[in-house]
Amino acid sequence: MKNIQLQTRPFDPWNELTKFQQSRFRGKTDIGATAVFVGTMRDFNEGENVQTMHLEHYPGMTEKYLGELVEKAKQDWPLEECLVIHRVGDIQPSEAIVLTAAWSGHRKEALEACRYLIEELKHNAPFWKKETLDSGEARWVEVNTQG
Amino acid sequence: MSITIKYFASLREQMGTAEQTLSVKGVATVADIVVKLSDTNLPENTLVAVNQEYATGSTQVKAGDEIAFFPPVTGG
Repeated sequence: MKNIQLQTRPFDPWNELTKFQQSRFRGKTDIGATAVFVGTMRDFNEGENVQTMHLEHYPGMTEKYLGELVEKAKQDWPLEECLVIHRVGDIQPSEAIVLTAAWSGHRKEALEACRYLIEELKHNAPFWKKETLDSGEARWVEVNTQG
Repeated sequence: MSITIKYFASLREQMGTAEQTLSVKGVATVADIVVKLSDTNLPENTLVAVNQEYATGSTQVKAGDEIAFFPPVTGG
C-alpha cells in the first residue's frame, strides 16, 4: 500500500489505517506510538450552509509535493512510516477529506510529525476547494481556517 | 521554443483557459512571462510553480518548461 494516496472515492480512514498497518508493519514490535489526524467535510463555512464540495488539484505537482513532505518528516523525526490520503473531486458533508498519520517509537515524535504533515499540507499542497451552498451558488474557498 | 502555462482553480476560471503555450527566446524569468500574458492582471496573491516546484518572479524558465499559476491553496 502506497504512503501517498489521492482518491476520488470516499474512504474510511480507520479501515485504511488498519490496511496500511497490516501491509507495512506485520511482525514489527518496536512501534510505540501512532498519531492520526482526520479532516472531514463540514456542512457549514463562513456562516453559510454548504451542500457539496469539489476539490481540485494539480496532477503531478500535488503528488510530488506530498512525497517530498513525507520525506522531510522522516528526516526531521525518527519515524517508522507516514501515511497521507487526500480526496479529490466531489465530496459530501461528513466524508473524510484528508488523513495524515505518523508512526514512531514514542508519542512525542509521532504527534509532532503528524501535526507537521497536516499543517504543511494545508498551507502548501496544491489543492483548492470549491463549495456549493444551499442557495445553489458555488464559490471558491479563499483561505483555510487557522490551525 | 515554447513553454506551457497552466492555471488552476479560480485563476483558471478568471483566465478562461486551463492551459496555453507561449514562445520564449533564450532565457526569461517568471516575471518576464507574466508581462507577456494577456491583458488580464494576475491577482497579487497568485502563487507560481515552475516544473511543479514552487518558484518566484525571479526564477528562470526556458523552452520546454511548465509554469503554473494558482491562487492560495485550500486543501486538507
